Amino acid sequence: MTREATVLFDAPGPRARARHRVLTAVSGLVLLGLIALLVMRLNDKGQFAKELWDPFLKADVWKNLILPGLWNTLKAAALASVLSLLFGVVFGLGRLSDHWWIRIPAGAVVEFFRAIPLLILIFLAFFLPNKISPVVAESPFGTFQRVLVDNFFSIFGVEINAGTIVVPAFAAVVFGLVMYNGSVLAEVVRAGVLSIPKGQSEAAYSIGLRKNGVMRLILLPQAVTVMMPAIVSQLVVVLKDTALGFIIAYAELLQAGFKQVPANYHNNIIQAGIVVGIIYIAINMSISRIATWLEARSRRSRKTAARTMGGDVGAPPAPGMSVAGGPGAA
Amino acid sequence: MEQLLDLLDFGPFFDHFDTILEGFWATIRLAAAAAVLSLIIGTVLAAFRVSPIPVLRAVGTVYVNVLRNTPLTLVLLMCSLGLNDTLALTFSSDANTSYYWWAVLGLSGYTGAFVGESLRSGINTVPLGQAEAARSIGLTFSQSLRMIILPQAFRAVIAPLGSVFIAMIKNTTVAIAASYAEIATQMKSLVDLPSFASGTIPLFIGVAVGFMILTLPAGFFSGWLAKRMAVAR
Repeated sequence: MTREATVLFDAPGPRARARHRVLTAVSGLVLLGLIALLVMRLNDKGQFAKELWDPFLKADVWKNLILPGLWNTLKAAALASVLSLLFGVVFGLGRLSDHWWIRIPAGAVVEFFRAIPLLILIFLAFFLPNKISPVVAESPFGTFQRVLVDNFFSIFGVEINAGTIVVPAFAAVVFGLVMYNGSVLAEVVRAGVLSIPKGQSEAAYSIGLRKNGVMRLILLPQAVTVMMPAIVSQLVVVLKDTALGFIIAYAELLQAGFKQVPANYHNNIIQAGIVVGIIYIAINMSISRIATWLEARSRRSRKTAARTMGGDVGAPPAPGMSVAGGPGAA
Repeated sequence: MEQLLDLLDFGPFFDHFDTILEGFWATIRLAAAAAVLSLIIGTVLAAFRVSPIPVLRAVGTVYVNVLRNTPLTLVLLMCSLGLNDTLALTFSSDANTSYYWWAVLGLSGYTGAFVGESLRSGINTVPLGQAEAARSIGLTFSQSLRMIILPQAFRAVIAPLGSVFIAMIKNTTVAIAASYAEIATQMKSLVDLPSFASGTIPLFIGVAVGFMILTLPAGFFSGWLAKRMAVAR
């Protein structure tokens, strides 16, 4: 990069190269100075003490705390990914429907759940049924509520005792993740289908396919290729957001590694944060790597004429805006 | 049936309206400060990542990869429990003020990584030919940057930046983990009040509407602006 022209800088000549060497040395020194300051501060507060780091070298800590936490994180992320994909396909295609009475409600649901913070959705599932169920139990709907919980919501671990519903933290986290990420994925699906050139569906109609066949045989297979990187990078968001379970005491990786470990081992907050952070970064970077690889692969393939949607791990698309954004996109 | 109508009684909601408004005001103060600071951090990061100095490029890359792949909850907890409490790096002797600034710093540090990436991808959308054409008509480095490259780059990043800032507004709720009393904290304290039980549905409706007032217009506005300012290529 240093030797060739970019849009911002020309290829450097001898004087520019000398200047770059000086700036490299200066910025390197500043960086080392900052690291030294941090290390001195950590040392002042005794953060390099052996007993603070030791817990992370013990097999017990990993076996009893961190790995079960990681398992809970992966479990919530996996279930939420599958369900939000389902939600995304249903509502994404719903928004593309020709019937206004499907299109408008689907659009309203998607825009609503994208506009609400995920934490509020998790609170909604965690607190609301618990607070309102005693009142519902006394109304004519009491029996209906009990039957519904016993026969359906119990598969997510929801319990009802004497009319009061208790939602486990796991179910609340998964509910929030599915509603929010499902809505984001609905936009991804919609943008993916819309990005297929119009000639494809026109050609499909002209050979006599019906609406269902056009979508199922022509548009969706091409759209899947186009949106795969965007879907995979949304999985990184799902995995990261499981950490919100910490706030409602779901025993996931952050709760286990950052609360339980420091509580049991000399309050080693900094050390726990570093170890847990490294675990999250390692997992997320490997998922991002897959997204990049998929993007490169589908860009090479000639199976579709549409442009591949970016797998950049950016912010999820905002409410009121289309995923594809930019000029030319619907 | 009457009991069910009690669930929609907005009485307790309006009794505690002050608390809710206070919570939203705290959220807005956090979001406004974080918006300014994350724009600054993001601009510096983008400059680092496109600079010809390898050390700065490496710093930018490491920062972006670390912050983007760490959950915001962990970032904010590290700021409040790790840096503020354990390392005693406080902004003020008043604990609440200090937690506020750490929440601002944590949220901006996290959002800044996304802002930086959006700005950088905006610069990448400008074709090399634009720079070559600018040079061939005799513009200097600063002229071509000011008149040719940055205006095109800026117009390309309006939509992504809008998304980043709206996500940031919603992320302010995570500051509950960093001991900062914004709307999610107030909401949780109200839900936990035994006397408030029947006002739970109105509370959720109120908070949802509050966030929709903050995010939906911002989303529609930046979507409209992005379309209007789009560079035809």
